[in-house]
Amino acid sequence: MFDLILKIALIAISLATLCLVYRLVKGPSMQDRIIALDTIGINLIAIVALTSIVLDTYAFLEAILLLGILAFIGTIAFAKFLEKGEIIERERDL
Amino acid sequence: MSILHWAIFSPFILAILVPLLYKRVGRIHTGWFVLVLPVLLFIYFFQFISVTSMGDSIRENVSWIPTLDIGIDFYIDGLGLLFALLITGIGSLVILYSIFYLSKEKEKLNQFYVYLLLFMGAMLGIVLSDNLIVLYMFWEFTSLSSFLLIGYWNEREKSRNGAQKSMLITVFGGLSMLGGFVMLGLMGGTFSIRALIAESGSWTSHSLFIPAMLLILLGAFTKSAQFPFHIWLPDAMEAPTPVSAYLHSATMVKAGIYLVARLSPIFAQIELWFWIVSIAGLLTLCWGSFFAVKQTDLKGILAFSTVSQLGLIMSLLGLGAAALHYDGLDDQLYMAATVAAVFHLINHATFKGSLFMAAGIIDHETGTRDIRKLGGLMTYLPVTFTITVIGAFSMAGLPPFNGFLSKEMFFTSMVNVVNLNIFDMETWGYLFPAAAWIASIFTFIYSMILLFKTFTGKAQLDKLEKEPHEAPIGMLISPIVLAALVITFGLFPNILSTTLIEPAVSSIQPAADHLHVHISFWHGFGTEVWMTIGVIVLGILLYLSLSRWNSIYHIVPERFSLNALYDSILKMVNNGSGFIAKAVMKGSIRSYLIYIFAFFILMMAFSLYHKGAFRMNTENTAPIGVYEIILALVMIIGSISILFAKSRLTSIIILGAVGYTVALFFVIFRAPDLALTQLVIETISVALFLLCFYHLPKLASRKEERMTFKLNNAVISIGVGLVVALVALSAQSQKFFAPISSFYLENAYKEAGGKNVVNVILVDFRGLDTMFEIAVLGIAALGIFAMIKLRLTRGNK
Repeated sequence: MFDLILKIALIAISLATLCLVYRLVKGPSMQDRIIALDTIGINLIAIVALTSIVLDTYAFLEAILLLGILAFIGTIAFAKFLEKGEIIERERDL
Repeated sequence: MSILHWAIFSPFILAILVPLLYKRVGRIHTGWFVLVLPVLLFIYFFQFISVTSMGDSIRENVSWIPTLDIGIDFYIDGLGLLFALLITGIGSLVILYSIFYLSKEKEKLNQFYVYLLLFMGAMLGIVLSDNLIVLYMFWEFTSLSSFLLIGYWNEREKSRNGAQKSMLITVFGGLSMLGGFVMLGLMGGTFSIRALIAESGSWTSHSLFIPAMLLILLGAFTKSAQFPFHIWLPDAMEAPTPVSAYLHSATMVKAGIYLVARLSPIFAQIELWFWIVSIAGLLTLCWGSFFAVKQTDLKGILAFSTVSQLGLIMSLLGLGAAALHYDGLDDQLYMAATVAAVFHLINHATFKGSLFMAAGIIDHETGTRDIRKLGGLMTYLPVTFTITVIGAFSMAGLPPFNGFLSKEMFFTSMVNVVNLNIFDMETWGYLFPAAAWIASIFTFIYSMILLFKTFTGKAQLDKLEKEPHEAPIGMLISPIVLAALVITFGLFPNILSTTLIEPAVSSIQPAADHLHVHISFWHGFGTEVWMTIGVIVLGILLYLSLSRWNSIYHIVPERFSLNALYDSILKMVNNGSGFIAKAVMKGSIRSYLIYIFAFFILMMAFSLYHKGAFRMNTENTAPIGVYEIILALVMIIGSISILFAKSRLTSIIILGAVGYTVALFFVIFRAPDLALTQLVIETISVALFLLCFYHLPKLASRKEERMTFKLNNAVISIGVGLVVALVALSAQSQKFFAPISSFYLENAYKEAGGKNVVNVILVDFRGLDTMFEIAVLGIAALGIFAMIKLRLTRGNK
C-alpha cells in the first residue's frame, strides 16, 4: 500500500515536472521560465526525497539540502540578471 | 678504421679545417692547402692498380649499425678504383685550376673548398661503398654538396634556380633509389653489394625484383642526367666553371653510370634491363646531341654534350648486358660494349674536363661565354685554342685522339646489335646504329661550333668586356694535362687496357674471367670506319650550311620544351596544393567539425557493418519505471527545445533544467556523490553562461533569432546520435568479462577504511587520476586568471 502511494506520488510529481518543462519551453516571458526552473528545483527536492524513501537510504539527504540552496541561488542569480543585467557587480569605487 | 677509411673520410676532415685555414692563413690562397689532399689520395689509390689488375680486391669493414646490417664497408675493385682515380685525379686538376680561376679577394673561398671537399669525399664514398645504405648516404651527400656548389653565387637568381632544380630532380631520384635499395635488401637479406651479387641469381623472379630495378634505375637516370631528367644539368651551368668541370662532366653525373655498372651483375639477368638502359641511353644521346647544336652559350653546349655522352655510355652499358643473354661461347661481341663504355667513360672525363676548363678560361679572359660575341680568338689565346682543338676533335671522334677510338668501339657495338636474334632484330635493330650514327653527326657539328665559332672568324673586340689575352700559366696547367692525356690515351690506348679497363669490365661482367682487352688503333675497313667517314663528311656539310637549317630548332616553340613542362609541373603542384589547401582548410571551425563528425560516422558505421558488430540483447536489462520514462521525456523535450529556442537566455535556462534532470537520474540510479556534484556544477555553469551572455557585443546586426536549419548539419547530427546509440546498445548487449566493481565493494572498508566506495576509489584506489584532475582545474583557473589579467594592449605587444 505504502509502495503504491509512493509510486503514485512520484509519478504525480514527475508529471508536474513535465508540465513545468512545458512552461519552461513555452513560457512567453523570461520570468515565467525562471519560475518554472525554480519550481522544477523544488519538485526535484520532492522527487529525491521520495526516491530515498523508495530506495531506503540516507545517502541523498545532502542532495536535498543542496538542491534547496542551489534552487534559491539560481533563481536569485537569474532574477538579478533580469533586473540589473549582471550577476556579480563590480565594486566601481576601487 | 683502416687507412682506406681514413682516406675516404679525409676530405670531410679537411673540410672542417678549411675555414680555420682560411681565417688564419689569409695571405695564401686556400686552394693550395686543399690541393695537397687529392694529390695524396690519387697517389694512394694509384698503388691499388697492382692489386686490381691481378683480379684481386680489397675489403675493409667497420661496423656502424650492426643490428641493422649497416656497416661502413669499403671495397676496392676495378670499377671502384677507376672511379676513385678519376675523382681524385681530376679533383686535383680542378682544384689547381680553381686556385687561379677564383680570386682570393672577391670570392668566399672557404665555402667553396668546404663544399668541394664534401663533394669529393661523398663521391669517393659512393664508388667505394659496399653497403647499399652507406652508398645512399654518400649519394645524398653529393646531391647536397652539388646543390651548394651550383648555388655558390647565391646572390644570383639563376644560380638559386639551377640549384633548386638540380636538388629537386636528383633528390627525387635518390629517394626512389633508396626504395629500390630497401627492396634489394629485402630480397637478398643483406645490404652488401658483394653478397647480393653473389646470390642474385636465385631471386630474379621475385615480385620485388622489377620494382627494385625500376626504382634504382630512376635514381641512376636522374643523377646521370638521362632523358627526360637531363634538364637540371644545363641549368647547373650557373655554377663556377671548376665545379661544372668537376661535378657536371667528370664525376657526379657519372655516379648514375657507376650505379648501373655496379648493379649490372644483379639486374642484367633479365632482358628488361638491357632494353631500358640501352634505349634510355640512346634517346638521351640523340636528344642531347641534337639540342647541343642549338645552344649559344659555351657551357650550354658542353652541358648538352655531357648529357649526350652520358647517354652514349649508358647505352653501351645496356648493350653490354646483352652479353649475359645472347653471346656465343667465345665471341665476346657484347662484352666489347662494356669495354667501350669503360673506355669512353675515361675519355669523356679527360676531354670534357679540358673543354670546360678552356671555356672557363675564355669566360675569364673575355668576360663572355656567348658564341655570338666570340670569334677570332685564335691569335689571342693560342694555348687555349690548342687545348680546345684537342678536346673538341676528341669529342667529335676524330683520329688520333681517344674519342675516335671509343667512338669506333661504340659503332662496333651498335652494329653488332643487328646480329641479335630477338624481336626481328634484323629489321628493328638497324634503328640502334642509325640513331647512334645520327647522334654522332650532331656531336661532330656542335664540336665544330664550339671550336670554330670561338676561335676563328673575325674578332669582335668591341663586344667583349675585356681585352682578350692568354690566361696565366697556372690556369693552363690542368687543361694541358688533360689534353695531354687525351692524346696519350689516343695514341697508346693499351696502357689503360690491362691496368684499368680489364679490372673494371670484370667487375661489371663477373663472367668475363678470361677477358683480354686490346684496343687496336686501326682495325681494317669495317662498317664502323665507313660510318665515321660518313659522320665527318655529313658533319662538315651540315656545319657549313648551319645557317640554312638551324631554323628547325624554332619549329617547336619554347613552351613545349621539357623545361617548360618542368616549370609547369612545379607551378601546377604549387597551385594545386594551394587550391586543395584552400578548398579543404576553410578556416571555419564548422567545416572542420563536419569533416570530423562525417569521418566518425563513416568509420564507425562501416566497421559496425563490416564486422557485424551490432547486437541487441535485452536479457540483462533492468525494468523501466514510469517516472524514469517521464524524466527521460523531460530531458528529451528539454534538449530538443534548446535547438528551437528563439532567445539564447531561453536556451541557457532549458540547459539548466536538463542538467538538473541529469542530477535526478543520478539520484534514481543511486549515485549521491555524482548527483551532488552535478547539481553544483550545473548551477555554476549556468551562471557562467549568463556571464557570457551578458558580455555578448551589442551589435546592430546581432539579432536574437532561431538557429537556421541546414540539411547536412541535421543529417550529420542525426547520424552521430544514431551511430553512438547503436554502439552503446551493442556494447551493452555483449559483455565478455565480469566487472571488477565487486572487488571495490568488498575491499573498500577492509583495505582502505572507508564506507563511501566512490570516494575511496577517487582518493585511494585510483588517487592518481584525482591528482591530475585537480591539476586540470588548477591549470584552468590559472589560465582564466591569466587571460583576464594579462591582456596586452595592441601597442604593447
